[in-house]
Formats: sequence, structure tokens, C-alpha cells
Amino acid sequence: MSPILIIVFAPLVAAIIAGLGNKRLGMVPAKALTTAALFLSCGLSWPIFLSFLGGHAETTVTPVLNWVASGDLNFAWALQVDTLTAVMLVVVTSVSALVHLYSWGYMSEEADQPRFFAYLSLFTFAMLMLVTANNLVQMFFGWEGVGLASYLLIGFWFRKPSANAAAMKAFVVNRVGDLGFMLGIFGVFLVFGTVSIPQILHDAPGLAGSTIGFLGYRFDTATVLCILLFIGAMGKSAQLGLHTWLPDAMEGPTPVSALIHAATMVTAGVFMVCRLSPLFEQSQTALHFVTIIGALTCFFAATVGTTQTDIKRVIAYSTCSQLGYMFFAAGVGAYGAAMFHLFTHAFFKALLFLGAGSVIHAMHHEQDMRYFGGLWKKIPLTFAAMMAGTLAITGVGIDDVFGFAGFYSKDAILEAAFAKGTELGMFAFALGIFAALLTSFYSWRLVYLTFFGTPRWAQSEHIQHAVHDAHDHHDHHHDDHAHAPAHDGTAGYHPHESPLNMLVPLGVLALGAVFAGFVFAPAFLSEGAGEFWKGALVFDETLLHAMHHVPEWVKLAPAAVMLTGLLIATYAYLINPAFPAACVRRFGFLYRFLLNKWYFDELYDAVFVRPAMALGRFFWKQIDVGLIDRFGPNGAAWVVSLASRGAVRLQSGYLYSYALVMLVGLVGAISWVIAR
Amino acid sequence: MSHFPILSLMLLVPLIGAVISLLSGRDTARKVALLATLVDLALGVVLWLQYDIGGAQWQFQEHAALFAGFEWKLGIDGIALLLIALTVFLMPICIGASWNSIEKRAGEYYAAFLLMETLMIGVFTAQDLFLFYIMFEAGLIPMYLIIGIWGGAERIYASYKFFLYTLLGSVLMLIAMFWMVNEAGTTDIPTLMQYDFPAHAQTWLFLAFFASFAVKMPMWPVHTWLPDAHVQAPTAGSVILAGVLLKMGGYGFIRFSLPMFPIASAYFAPMVWTLSIAAVVITSLIALVQTDMKKLIAYSSVAHMAIVTVGLFAFNRQGLEGSVVVMLSHGIVSGALFLAVGVIYDRLHTREIVRYGGLAINMPYYALFFLLFTMASIGLPGTSGFVGEFLSLMGIYKNSTWIALISTTGIILGAAYMLYLYRRVVFGEQKNADAAAMLDLDAREWLMMVPLAASVLWMGIYPESFMAPMRKDIGVLEARVAIARPKGDADVKFGGKTPAVGVATLGSAQLKGAK
Repeated sequence: MSPILIIVFAPLVAAIIAGLGNKRLGMVPAKALTTAALFLSCGLSWPIFLSFLGGHAETTVTPVLNWVASGDLNFAWALQVDTLTAVMLVVVTSVSALVHLYSWGYMSEEADQPRFFAYLSLFTFAMLMLVTANNLVQMFFGWEGVGLASYLLIGFWFRKPSANAAAMKAFVVNRVGDLGFMLGIFGVFLVFGTVSIPQILHDAPGLAGSTIGFLGYRFDTATVLCILLFIGAMGKSAQLGLHTWLPDAMEGPTPVSALIHAATMVTAGVFMVCRLSPLFEQSQTALHFVTIIGALTCFFAATVGTTQTDIKRVIAYSTCSQLGYMFFAAGVGAYGAAMFHLFTHAFFKALLFLGAGSVIHAMHHEQDMRYFGGLWKKIPLTFAAMMAGTLAITGVGIDDVFGFAGFYSKDAILEAAFAKGTELGMFAFALGIFAALLTSFYSWRLVYLTFFGTPRWAQSEHIQHAVHDAHDHHDHHHDDHAHAPAHDGTAGYHPHESPLNMLVPLGVLALGAVFAGFVFAPAFLSEGAGEFWKGALVFDETLLHAMHHVPEWVKLAPAAVMLTGLLIATYAYLINPAFPAACVRRFGFLYRFLLNKWYFDELYDAVFVRPAMALGRFFWKQIDVGLIDRFGPNGAAWVVSLASRGAVRLQSGYLYSYALVMLVGLVGAISWVIAR
Repeated sequence: MSHFPILSLMLLVPLIGAVISLLSGRDTARKVALLATLVDLALGVVLWLQYDIGGAQWQFQEHAALFAGFEWKLGIDGIALLLIALTVFLMPICIGASWNSIEKRAGEYYAAFLLMETLMIGVFTAQDLFLFYIMFEAGLIPMYLIIGIWGGAERIYASYKFFLYTLLGSVLMLIAMFWMVNEAGTTDIPTLMQYDFPAHAQTWLFLAFFASFAVKMPMWPVHTWLPDAHVQAPTAGSVILAGVLLKMGGYGFIRFSLPMFPIASAYFAPMVWTLSIAAVVITSLIALVQTDMKKLIAYSSVAHMAIVTVGLFAFNRQGLEGSVVVMLSHGIVSGALFLAVGVIYDRLHTREIVRYGGLAINMPYYALFFLLFTMASIGLPGTSGFVGEFLSLMGIYKNSTWIALISTTGIILGAAYMLYLYRRVVFGEQKNADAAAMLDLDAREWLMMVPLAASVLWMGIYPESFMAPMRKDIGVLEARVAIARPKGDADVKFGGKTPAVGVATLGSAQLKGAK
């Protein structure tokens, strides 16, 4: 059996057994089975990736089953592995395996763990189907499958109304993007006569100079197809306009945020653009669109990230922003850089989320950073992991010596945008640089608020509950201990470092955050990287060359803004803690604008949600009941009742006779006509 | 097998069952009914296995002259085979759904159901125009009775409304049939499908048939009988109404309107598209604000059946095949959803959504099945709902990008109202003690849910099983409606000139040539 079959289907089998077996199977077997399946997949994925890295692997396609054949439309279930897939395989299976392991600790108090692990494994299966797809429809299957798993996992705590609302929002907003994706597939089939990705990419150059009708107008063919498909990517990757679901998705358990809403699923859009890069290369307009959306998202999300107080929401906006980087990298033609940032981001962002989970775990479910503070001494290992993640995301490093993961990938993206040499490239570069400043600021703000300063735990309701419970529990043993230190802001609470099964994933991911850039940058981005990609995406050697010859200030700019952000954050949250409040007073409007996430949710609620409900009621009460029924069947009834005033009320006997008369009448009429 | 009258036997078995049921008490009646439907299911399996895929267009033909020019003429093609399979598959489940919940006049109840099975199979097998008509109209009579006698509090109004709507359509269709028989000189449906009616006559003939089929589908704005009928009908009544009776409208389009009046079909296609997209948007929005579970699913049925008409009137391969798959899938999925509602209705005797909540806690397996059917209704790839919807929408995209765009918004609205339903019923806190005390599925309910779930997944993962039997027949139909196929608005042009080949053939080959 081909390893790829095991990689993809082991998580599915585990998910089915754990999910259906659930309580009968028992908690530990369900967890062990799913986790083992993921480590198996992961163990089989790395050799594939390494063989592509070594340059001695070829693209393979493993057929599984025919799916649909309708006229000249044909597509099958099949697993394609090339360099791009191999990169995604290791990202998905590694992070997933570590998240499975981490969840043993993080979810240990849950009663419903088999369901959680089944969902995680189901998600991984769908994601693997997505990245191994060799036709657009299977990609769409994976696309929607991860959407389902995301829906189930965001709503895992289904008793919480907010979790249910967030789950539904995620699914429905993604469906808006999927509308574009579906229309894109229809258009692709109409134009190419196939949905096979290799065939489409092979034929894509033939589109040059052609136009296609769409909604009554004529546009460049490739532009229409690419923008429709990209709308799908915008939904899945939470790009500006369709991003509103991602912050809310933080309602899900933190391991879910790490796996789905940081490392893997949300990057599916970037993967799609890279996978279809030969098609996107046919339309400069579409690429401009991608660049603009990416750059704006990168900027927008970073601004919002600076004001949020929920630790997970800060990281969520950070994810949104980093995805923006990946998209504008793709938009300027630096697909390799986009994929490399996807790769490094998976490690450091999963690390940040799992680290945040470890903090939340230590702080008894408290997520608000306003109630953290001074934690580094209490949970030093978590602190170290978060530091690694922060150094990676802010892109700390020295050229030609060593840098953390983000140093290589983010700088490459910024350089590519500049090296592109177009106005749009400069636009993306400028926004990207500014966002890098904000990234540094909000990342260090997170670190300072969480780990430094004095403890502010006493104001947290979660901590108060914890202390109260502990107090009740240990009433007789150390009564004085619970009350005495209440004035140091700790409320007598003692955060504990997370267990080993949570710390090991943090450690492994920290290694990734520290070394992934340094180790893999040559393969992904060097002059010879075309050998690595082997045509799995468009690799622009000219752009790469230009990247190496950007002015010195461009190379130094990311470091400069990173330091600036660090300094501002240090001043505001370490040296002069009154400063943020003063800023809020001074720039009240701006602060509220950012705190309320540019009012997107309010806008959508007013423009889409409430009008939809109102229209629904209108069509129901006014049109269906008030118009159609009133003048249709009820009107007829009224006429009948007039005609037979005083006649018996409608009842079942009436129905019988009516039916009988009708049947007899029919048979009679037909017989008469035919026999005539 | 060709000489053995298996179709007649399939009509006869439920009929005999009906007579026995009518004369028996509750316990005997339901056992007889179950046995009869299972025998018919077995015969259906035999029929499917014996059906020669790719063979003659009409198979298992039977012919006998009856009185006064009436003819007993049966036969099936692949499309009819699939719909018969759907019918015999759903019937035992309907009997199972009624097993405990029907107490009054049970003998008559099961007799009505079995009679309906005979008539429904009759609709799909009839090859004589008037035989079809009798089956088509008479098949509704047991349904009136099921709603009117065993229905809910407002059952009389509901059955009256159902009756009035369908009567209106059927009268016009009957008149049209008389005219056609006079014109073509035959009542043989396969012959009529080849007959070229004059273009001017096609217009009004189409409209007369349309009046009947549009009501059955039902299409907006003649759909208002459906929510009431569903809400008032007992569970099994809803299952068979959504599962099979609504498909008779779609079958009518495939068997009559499209092949017999292709010119008029082309002429009226924009009207059908408009009504369909109106249905997709309007009834989906209405479904969003429903507080009654059955009403919500009923409105969703209207939206889904609109995808069928969109696909049919795309006049191309993907649209036509997609429509049939949507019909099959919707038959299973909406039947399953009504069954899912019935399961909790049996326990709590209310359809009000707010009375439930948190069922995932006390009914986890129920929650799982309900989730699967919800996802199938939403059209998640890998379930049956996706394949047909995808093909139908792809079909219409070739004709009109506007219609495709608006129809595809159904995937957003569908997700919204179904997930909103699921959230309120299955998720959330347990608000009501009686709902929280409900037990998970019992053995009988498992037996009904598992086949439905299995077929939803089967059709989603390997739809070839369901597409192969109809491929050739859709090909015949496609050729027949080729003249109706409009020039799409999504044509590709190079340098301002449209290539000589039509849109349908414009594919990779041409792109390669252009390079």
C-alpha cells in the first residue's frame, strides 16, 4: 500500500472509530488511536518531504476511486504528491500530531474527549484530501470538509451560545467564499473542458488574449476565473471582507485555534493560489487584486491586533495579518516566499497559540491579558516557548548569521514586494513594513502584559472562582494562606506550569520557530529553489535575483521597524504603564474604531443579517400568507363557501367524497373520450 | 426476465397488501404493510440488477389491451428505474416510522400507504398517457386522506389546500392530453416523446403540463400548499410527500415537457429560470425565520427543487443528470430530515424549535445522524446533496452566469437556515426538562436511519452507481432538447471573434490549438 494512502486515510479511520465508538470505546483508547494515527501519518510524511528536498522524488498520483462522470466532465478521487503537497503534508501532519498530543493535557478535564479527538482527526483527513487533490472538485471537497470540522470544533463547547454562534458564522461566511470557488470551477470547466489541475495549468497559457462573458459583460478570461477562485481563498483564509469569522472562531478550544485557525486550514487559500499559480500568472489584474487584498488585510488585521485584550484574539488577528503577507507575496509573483512563510508561520503561530493555551490553562481559563501579568516566573517553560514564538513572528535575526523563522520568510516577502518594482509592489511593501511595526508592537505587548509587570489576577472572575473553590476545598488545611496575599494582585492564586504532554509539543514547535527558517530557507528561496519546486508552482528566478539586489535600506527596514515596535511596546507596557491609557484618552475615536474591528460586524449585521431576517418575514407573512394564500386557495374557499352557504363544514367525510368523485369522474371522462 | 411481468407484480404486491390491511386490525395491518413493502423492495433490487445498463431504452415492457381503448402498458428506462428504486427504498422506512405512532384507524392508514406505493410506481412505469394520468392524479388521493385523517390540528385546511392546487393543474393537463392524442393519434408515451408537435401548439401544451408539474414540484409561487401539507401530515406522510411525490413534478418535466415540447421549453426557459431563482432566494429566506421544524424543512424543499428545474432547463448533460441526482438525493435527505423531526416529535409531540435544545447531550447518536442529513441538505461534498447540486449549477452556468450566480446563493442561505435549525435543536443548553429526558434512538429508529445515512454517503462518494443507469437516457433527452439549448453568455472569444465551434465544445483542445 502506498504510504500516501496511509497518510491520508489513517486519520479518517481513527476519526470514525473514535467518533462512533466514543464512550463505549473509552476515553484513553480513543485518544490513543487518533494520536497514534496522526503520528503515523506524520512519520510517513517527513520522508516524502525529505526526498523532495533531496531532489530525488517525482510527482506521483495515486488513484483511489472514480467519483463523477457526467458527459465530458470527469473527476476521480486521487492523491497527488508533488513538492507543494509534500510541504503541506509535513506542515499538516506535524502540527496535527503535536496538537493531538497537546490536547491530552489541555482537554484533560473534558468529559467528551473522544468526540474532540475524532473531530481533530477528521479535520486532518479533510485537510490532507485538500492538499493532495489533483482536481478542483476534490480540492473543494477538502475545502468544505475542513469547513465542517472547523464548524464542529469551534462549536465543540456546544452549550455555549457564543460558541454556537461563532461556529455557524464561520461556516456561513466561508460559504460566501465558496460561492466564488464554485462559480470559478464552473468557469474553469467551461473554458478548459476539464477540472483536472495539471491539465488546467498545462493549458492555461492558451488563455492569453481571450475574453469571457460574465454577468452580461466581457472580461479577460483568466481574470474572471482567478478572481472567482480567489474569492474562495478569501473566505477560507479570512481575508479582508470575509475575515469576520476568524476572530470569533477563537471560541473553540485553543488546540483547535492552533491547528485549524493558524497553522493549516486558514492557509488553504494561499495553498490554492500557489497550486494554481500558472493560471494566476495569466492575469495581471487578478494578481493585482490578490496583492491589494493581501496588503490591506495585512495592515487591517495588524491595526486591530494592537487593541485587543483577549490573548487568543490578538493571535487571531495576527494570523489574519500574516496571511495577508502570504497573499501579497503570491500577488507579486513570489509564490515560493508565500509558501515558505506559510511553512514557518505554521510552526511559530501554532507555538504561539499552544503557548497561549498553556497560559490559559495556568490561569484557570482566563483569556483576558488585562488580568495576567508577572507570569514568567510562574510558568518559565511556557514563557520560553512564547519568547521563541515572538522572536520568530517579529522576525529577529542578523543577515548571513542566524535568524528566527519569520526573519527569513517575512523579509523575503517584503523584499519581493519591493523588488517587483511596480507601484502596487511599493504599496504592498509600505503596508507590509507598517504592519511589521505593528506586529512587533502587538507581539511584545502580548508578552509584556502576560509575563511581565505585576500580577493583576485578582480582578479576574475565573481566578476568583478558582481561588474560591480551592478555598472551600482546603478550608481546614490552610485557611490563612488563602486570604493573606490578596493584596499583591495574585488573589492567592498559584499558576502551575503545564504537564509534559503539553510542554513537549511546545518544545518541538519552539525548535521549528527557531530553526525552520535557518534550515529550510536555502531550499525554498535560494537560486536553486526552482529545482526543489520542480514546477509545482511558478518560481520566478528573475524576481529572486532582484530580491538579492534591493537597496540596503530595504533589507534593514524590517529590522528597524521591528526594533521600533519593540521599543514602543517596552515603553508603553514596561516603563510607563500609564501611557496606553493616556493614548486611549487622546485618540479615543481611533481606539474605539480599532477595538471594534473597524465595525465590520456591525456593518454586516445591518446590511446582511437583519435585512435577510426581515425579508424572510416579509415574504412569508406578506407574500405567501397575505397575497398568495389570500387570493389563491383561501379566496377559492371563500367563493365555494359563498356558493354553498350553510353547507356542512369541511371535514374528513367531505374529503372522502371529494376524492371519490374526482377519481370516478376522471376515469369516466377518459373512458368516454377514448371510446368515442 | 423479460417475459416475467415484474412491473405488474410490483404494482400488485402493495395493492394486495392494501386490501389485507384494510380488513385487519392494527397489529396485523402494520406487519402486512411492512412485509409488502419489503417484498417490493426486494423486487426493486431484482429489477435494478436485471436492468441492462446501456441496453434498450425501454425495458421490462408489458402490454395488454384493456376495455374501451385503454391500454395496460408498462415499461421503464433508467430514470424511471432510479425513481422506482427511491420509492421502494423509502416505503419500508415510512411503515417503520408509523409503527408506533399510528393508533387510530390503522388498517385504513396502512392501506392508504400501500395504495399510494402502487400508484407511485405506476406513475414511473406507465407508458400509456392516460394510464399515467390516472396514476398521477389518483396517487394524490391517498395523500389527501393521510393528511386529512391522520394529520395534525389544521389537517382539513392543509388537505383542502393541497387538493385545490393540484386539481387546478391536473384539469389543464388532462385537456392538453386529449388534444395530443387527437393530434398524434396515439397514447403511447415513448412514441409521443419522439413526436414533433407544431411549434404554436407546443406553447400552450407546455403551459398546460407546466400548470400541473409546477404545482407538484412545487415551484414558486404555487408552493404554499407544501408547508401546510408537511406540517399537518404525519411523519411518514411527510417522508413520502417530500421523498417521492414532489419528484413526480420533476419526472413530468423529464418525461413530457422537455422531450415532447422542446421548442416551447426553450421559449419558456427564462420564465422557469426566473421562478426558480425566485424560489431559491425567497423560500430560503422564509426558511430562515421559521419556528416550526417541519415548515422550515418544507420551505427548504421548495428551494432545493428549484435547483432541479434550473438543471433541467439548462438543457445540457450536466444540468439534466444533476437534476435527477438532486431529485434522488433530495428524496432521501428530506425524507431523512422529516424522519429526524418525527423521531423527536414522537417523544415530545411538538414541532416548535424552541421547545428543544441541547439534544447533543442526551441524544448523541441522533445528533450525529441529524448532522449528516443537515450536511447533505447543505450540499457538503462527500454527501449526496453535493453531486446533484454541483452538476445542476454547472449546467446552468453554461447558459446564464446570472442565473448560476443567484442559484448558487442557495448554498449560503441553505447553510444559514439549516445550521440555525441544528444549532437551536441539537446544540445549546438543555432548556426544557422533558426534552432533556428524551432517550436516544431505539433499535427501530436505528434501522431506519442507517440505510438512509448509508445511501447519502454512497451517493456522495460513488454516485456512479446512480448515474450509470440513466446515462444513456439522459443522452437521448439531451439530443432531443439540443435545439432548445440557448447560446450561453459565458462564451470565450479570442481577439474579439467567437470561435466557430459552439460553447459546449470549446474546451482544452481548442485552447491548445490557439497556442
